[in-house]
Order: sequence, then structure tokens, then C-alpha cells
Amino acid sequence: MKPIFHRQGGAVLLKVMLFSLGLTLVFTLIANLLPQVEGEAAQEQEIDLGALTMDGFVSLGETLFSGKGTCTLCHNSMGRAPDILQLDMVAIAKEHLADETYQGAATSVQDYLRESMLQPSVYVVKGFGQKGSNDTVSPMPVVNKAPIQLTDVEIDAVIAFMQAKDGNDVTVALPQGLPASEAAPAAGAKQAVVAALPAETAEQAFSKFSCTACHSVAGTTSPVGPELNTIASRLDKAQIRQSILDPNAVIAEGFDAGMMPLDFARKMTISELDLVVNYLAAEAAASQSGGQ
Amino acid sequence: MKMKWLNNKLIHTFVTALLLVVLSNSFSLALSNSVHAAESSTDLSSVEARIRPVDRGGLGAEQFRLEEKPAARMPFPAPRLKKGDYPRIMGVSSRSIVWVLAQMHLFFAAFVLAVPLFVLVIEWIGVKNNDERYDDMAHECMKISMTAYSITAIFGGSLAFALFLLYPQFMAYMFNVFDTQVLIYAFLFFAESAFLYIYYYSWYAYRYGNKKWVHLTLGLMLNVTGTSILLLANAWVTFMMAPSGVNEAGVVTGTIWDIMRGPLWNPINLHRFIANIAFGGALIGAYAAYKFLSSTDLKARAHYDWMGYTANFIAILAFLPLPFAGYWLMAEIYAYSQQMGITAMGGILAWLFIVQAVLIGTILLAGNYYLWSGMSRTRGSERYSWMIKYIALVLVTCFLVWVTPHTLILNASEMKLLGGSHHHLLGPLGIMPAKNIAVNLMLIFTFLSFQLYRRSDKEVTVSWAGFGNALMVSIYIVAIVNVIFAGVYYGYFTNTVYKVGSSVTQVVSTLVVIIAGVTIDTLMFKGAKQQPSEWGRVSNRAQYALFALPVAFTWLMALMGYVRSSVRTDWHVYTVMKDNSPDNYIPAIGYAGNMMTIVTVLFLLFVLFIFWVASLSDKKQARPAFLDRETA
Repeated sequence: MKPIFHRQGGAVLLKVMLFSLGLTLVFTLIANLLPQVEGEAAQEQEIDLGALTMDGFVSLGETLFSGKGTCTLCHNSMGRAPDILQLDMVAIAKEHLADETYQGAATSVQDYLRESMLQPSVYVVKGFGQKGSNDTVSPMPVVNKAPIQLTDVEIDAVIAFMQAKDGNDVTVALPQGLPASEAAPAAGAKQAVVAALPAETAEQAFSKFSCTACHSVAGTTSPVGPELNTIASRLDKAQIRQSILDPNAVIAEGFDAGMMPLDFARKMTISELDLVVNYLAAEAAASQSGGQ
Repeated sequence: MKMKWLNNKLIHTFVTALLLVVLSNSFSLALSNSVHAAESSTDLSSVEARIRPVDRGGLGAEQFRLEEKPAARMPFPAPRLKKGDYPRIMGVSSRSIVWVLAQMHLFFAAFVLAVPLFVLVIEWIGVKNNDERYDDMAHECMKISMTAYSITAIFGGSLAFALFLLYPQFMAYMFNVFDTQVLIYAFLFFAESAFLYIYYYSWYAYRYGNKKWVHLTLGLMLNVTGTSILLLANAWVTFMMAPSGVNEAGVVTGTIWDIMRGPLWNPINLHRFIANIAFGGALIGAYAAYKFLSSTDLKARAHYDWMGYTANFIAILAFLPLPFAGYWLMAEIYAYSQQMGITAMGGILAWLFIVQAVLIGTILLAGNYYLWSGMSRTRGSERYSWMIKYIALVLVTCFLVWVTPHTLILNASEMKLLGGSHHHLLGPLGIMPAKNIAVNLMLIFTFLSFQLYRRSDKEVTVSWAGFGNALMVSIYIVAIVNVIFAGVYYGYFTNTVYKVGSSVTQVVSTLVVIIAGVTIDTLMFKGAKQQPSEWGRVSNRAQYALFALPVAFTWLMALMGYVRSSVRTDWHVYTVMKDNSPDNYIPAIGYAGNMMTIVTVLFLLFVLFIFWVASLSDKKQARPAFLDRETA
């Protein structure tokens, strides 16, 4: 009796294994029969400014529209967002600008298109607002923020494409010179070189030293450290310089000591420090005069 | 440099003692904090000296203060990595290594977390009905789970090791964000191990009377710790998909609760909790089928037939609400980021849902087939057998609708003949409204099979049986009409917003059928005349349906895990930490399918090993004759 049991057990095991393997292979076969497409990560493109023509700029915009910009994910015939490829966006922009419910600051088609990418909720096309928002909030992501992160030049290229695709005049100017942050790095090596170079503007310095990770400054917000947009109303230049080089010397009300890195004196060049200090002092002065 | 030091330290610590890395990480943070605190306090006088020239008496006391404060944690923005920052071992794809290890760990973790959940319920049913068969079955389920628990830990350790080795900066960032939460996870892991071993080994010591309640309490504690582990680990996954409690640069700005309570946490918690039970039930069913097929003893076959039926019951019952949990998850993904939702459902990953349809179709067809075959156990089932062919017809038709692709895969000449990539008749079946109708009808008719099976060995005795049946039939008709009407009207004659909204009506209709069916039958068959069931009287072929279930479940889990992970595209932590590794692209479906098959086959081999190990404890070697001779 026992040998029969063992023989049966072995046979069952073999049958079960073959059955399971066969079924698994059916699923694998189906997966391999379907269209094989790889989802490439967004590739940064090197822009050769010297050779850039308006046609090339429009073409770049078209590539960005369906690629890095991921616009076609929603702006297609499925009805999730206006089907831009089927619409004359210049005519549409004029129509929206003339709409009495439009509350934005744009006065031209070019500005309207830029505004719709950077502040999508300023004007929400009827029927395309976020669910429950009564068309006051747009589901569209801000295109210069993560995860899309288009640069200013890339946004201009997309605008140029939207204007040109229906035979309208392109009003966007070709980029003449790019700051370092706009020179989109194609490879990690170049990115490293850019990161190692001294910053040329205060914004670059903020980015290079990750100031925006903790401080609200230059259009970014973060509650970790004191906000810096109005810093000059509280500190003079010497104090700003000191708070960068010796951050624990004076602690702003409501914040903890030891939060800010202590090595900026070693990391920053003198010119970078000056750029940041001058920017912060001037920014606040500007905001003060604006307030007055 | 600091990052490198951190990585080396972490890796070194990890190699030395896997679990101690959790402790060491927190310890190093605490140490770093105390060093800062010491610096700020001892240098206080010199700081005052330094600020005096700047101050010149004008430093407003109302805005600034100089005081001793405990140092806070240094802000830790998400690292910005380059391709070269990712270690590569002998040119092997790091993602593939982590993919296999993570998936294996998840399979086993799902199993070992789910089994104690329904084992506790089975044990409790045994106590309530004073039926020791339930108690024995619950114990046997736990026996299988014990070996799986060790394998879960082995793959969990290997996964953690691989992550620290291959993605050190990412792990450093995640540890910084989750901080002491990871310690709690480690503590719960120890607690779960303790409860598991005590629960299992005290089974026969605490079997009767008040001791049984102590045993049930141990089981409850095991499940509480196990589920807590699941929730904590889910927070890591959902943080990567929809980060909360951090700013744009990835610096922590909220509490640990803010970080854990992201928009996708609860939908994933619910989805995984239910799916784990279905998966665990399916695996136990396969074990019972294996034992049934390998047994020649009629008593053993009857026992394993009953065990297989119970496990299938658990798997299908847990599976029925799973699509609704899936709806909720996808709705929350769309609400969080429409872009992410479309990437999953309408972008490059959309084709995977054809494979998903095949898998779920396989599960439902196999589950139904097993129920129909099982009706042969009782003669009372003859009353309902005429309905089986119609249920089968509906299931197959719906299955075909579900697998119909929207865009056909054609060459140029075929496309010319067809006049486009969308067939004029099949095209409309390829979009979501048609698929929503199909899946809801499949669920309703699967419930009908289940209900017929449950009724087949009972004879109703209540006076209102006619009314009860009429009510049940009416509910089925109204629900089916509603599912079809909502799908057709809102799906084809209104815009996209209503298309999505209509699925809620359909889901509610299906749920009403299930809830009403269970309620009506419970009341109607209370005290019903029971017809004898002959356990063991079922075809061998039906047992293969019990193998089809875990195979399809395993592949399905691998597939949906891949979709969930891929919607992050080229981000480790969506919008916060970019993935710049060489593997930061979404692989083609064929490649992903091959990976899923590798992990599924590997998992099934381990499962067979577990079945074999569990069977060993039933066997006793006969005392050799030479030992008897020596004794004599």
C-alpha cells in the first residue's frame, strides 16, 4: 500500500508542477504578445542656441508637448482636458481673455498660454475643473514644478508650438542667452560640472546650496526655516551675512538652533555670498516699497 | 563626502547585523543631535562675543533672542543623484535584483499575515460550534504558515540588504524621513514572532475551557501586531507614490503621522488587507488539493476536500470586494495626480490591464468551476444544476468583453482593411464602460454560483420562503439592469466625468446583491433541513481549479505591484526624489511579464517545499528491525 502512496505523491507533484508552469506560461505569452513599448525617463535636451531657428524651436515645443511635458496624457480626444491638438489655441486664448469671468493678469495670447501652464487655476475651462470644485480648481499640474519641471525656455517652446500648429504667428522670441540653470544638461557629467561652477545669480546660489529646501524665497515656499522674502525688514546686510556664515549666532523666534548647516563659509565663494546677501536685502527693499 | 560616510556606515552596520541597522541609524541621529546640543551650549559665551560687533545694539529683542535650545535634527533634503551614484554589481540590473527579492518577500509576507486572520475565525467557529474539526484545520493552516514565516524573514532581510547595497542614498533618505517609525516596525516584528510561536506551540496545551479563550486572545494579539506591521510598511510605499509631510525639496516639515497619512495610505491598506486574505485562502486551498490528490485514504480525502472547500470559500469571499477596493485606490490616485492616474490607466501601462483581465477571468472561472464541481457532493444540488450552463455563458461572454483591447494590434495592411485601429463593433467594447459592465456581471454571477452551492444541501422550512426567493430574484434583476443601464447610458452618451461616476452606481448594485443575498439566506435557511454532504466525492479535475487560483493570484499580485510601482515613472519618491539610476525607465510589458513569471515560478517552488515540509511532520519512520534485535 505504501509504495503506491509514494508513487502517487510523486506523480501528483509532477502533474501539479506542470499544470502550474503551463498556466504561468500562458500569462507570460499574453504579456509578450501585446505591444512592447518602453517608457523612457524624460531626457534633457541640449539646446544649441547658435543653430536654433524658429522652426527648430517650434519642433522642440512639439517634442516637449508629447514628451517631457506629458501634455498629451490629458489633452487628447478622451475628454479629460481640452484637446489642444484639435483646437486653434490662439483663437481659444483670445476667447478666454475676452470672457468676463477671466480674472488673470494676461493681456496677450502668449501671456495667457504661459499663465495657463504656470497658474492653471486662474481660469478653468467650463467642465474641466477638479471634481467638486465647480470649475474653480484645475486638475492640471504646474508645469515648472515636479514632476514635469519644464524650464522657462521649454515653456516658451511649447507656447511657440501651440501658436504655430494652426498657422498663427509665433510671438515668442527665440532664446538669446541662457543662464546656467536653463542650459539643460544632457548627461550626469555635465550636470556635475554645472553644479560645481560658481553660481552667477542669487537664484542659482539658492538652488546650489539648497536654501529653498528650508526657506521660503524666490518663489518657493518651505516652513522649515525663517521666510526670507522680507528678511531685510528684520536684518541689515551684515546680519544677513552673519546668519549665513554663523547661523547659530542668533536664532530667529520660533526656530531651533542647529537646523542650518554650519559649513557655508567653506562652501560658498565670496561672490556667491554677495549675490545672496544683496538679493535678500534688495528683495525685501522691493517688497517694502511695493507695500508702501 | 558626508553622504559617502553615511552610506559606508550604514552598509557596514547592516552587514554586521541586519536588524541592528535600525537601531544604529536612530542612535547615530540621536548622537548627532546631542553633539549639536553640546556645541551650542558650550560655545554660548563665544557666540555672544561674535555677534556683538554686528548687533551694535540694534538687534531687536522682539524679533531675535539668544537662548539655549535643544538642537533639532538637521534638515535632510532628498538627495539629487546622478547615474554614477548608484552602485552596480557586475553589471547586473539593480532593479531586477530588488524586483525579485521585494516580490518574493511580499508574496510570503501577504501569506503569513493573512493566514492567522482567517485561522482565528476558523478556530472561533470551532469553539462556537463545539466542532474540533475546525480546530484541527486551523492548526494545520498554521503549520504551513510557520515555515512560510521563516522564509518571509529570509527574503525580507535579503531585500533590505540589497536596498542598502544598491540604493544607499535612497535608503538613507527614507530612514531619515521615517526615523523612529522604523524602530517601532522592528519592535512589532519581534512582538509578532513571539505571539506567533506562542500561539502555534500552545495550541494543544490551551485547547479547552478558559485556556481556549487565552489561546484565542493570543491569536488576536498576533493579528493586531501583524496588521500593524502591514500598515507601517504600507506607509513607506505610499510615501514613495504620494509623499506628504515633506516640502518640495523632500525636507521633513510635518510629524511622522503627517508622513504616514498620505492620500493613498488607507486605500492601499484596505486593498492589501483584503487581497492578502484572498491570496492566503487560495494557497491553503492548493495545499488541501495537493493533499487530496496524494491521499488514498478516504477519510483523509474527505478531510482535505472539506479543507479545500473552506479555503476556496475564504479566497472567493475576500476576492469579491477586491475590485471595489481597487476602484477606491485608483480614484484616490486620480485625485492626487491626474497625471499619475492616466499613466496607469490610459498611458503606457494601460495594456497591462488586458493581462489583468485574463488573470481575474481565470480566477473567477476557476472559482466557479470548483463550486459547480463541488455540487456533486450533495443530491440536493440537482435542483440548481440547470442554471450552471447559463452562468457559464454569462461568465465567458463577460470575460471576452473584458479582454477586448481598445486598439487592435495590426500591421499596416490589416489596418487599411479595417479602416483604422478601432474595429467599428469591437472598438466600443474596448473602453472602460464595457469592461465595468463585464466585471460587475462576473462578480454578480459568481455570487450566484456561490449562493446556489450554499443552498444545495439545505431544504428551506420557513413559511415565507416563496417571498424570500421572489425578493432575491428581484434584487438580481434590478441590479443587473442597473449595471448594464449605467454602463451603457453614462459610458457612451455622456462625457468622461460621468463615465467614471457611473462605476460607483454599478459597484453599489453589485454590493447590494452580495449583502442582500447573504442576509436573506441567513434568515431563510435558519433551522433548514440539512441534506447529507459526502465530503471527498468530488472529481480530481476540480482540484486543479484550486491550483489555478494561487497561480493566477500570484501572477496578478506581481502584475499589480509592478503597475503600482511604475506609476512613479522616473521618481524614487514622486516629485521629491528623482530616480536617475540606469534602470529609471518603465520596461516593456514582455520584459515585465518575464520577470513576473520568474518570481511566480520561484514562489511556487518554495510553496511546494513548504507543503513538503508540512507533510513531513505527519510521517513517522518505522522502527528498523535491527533495533528490535539489539534490544532483544
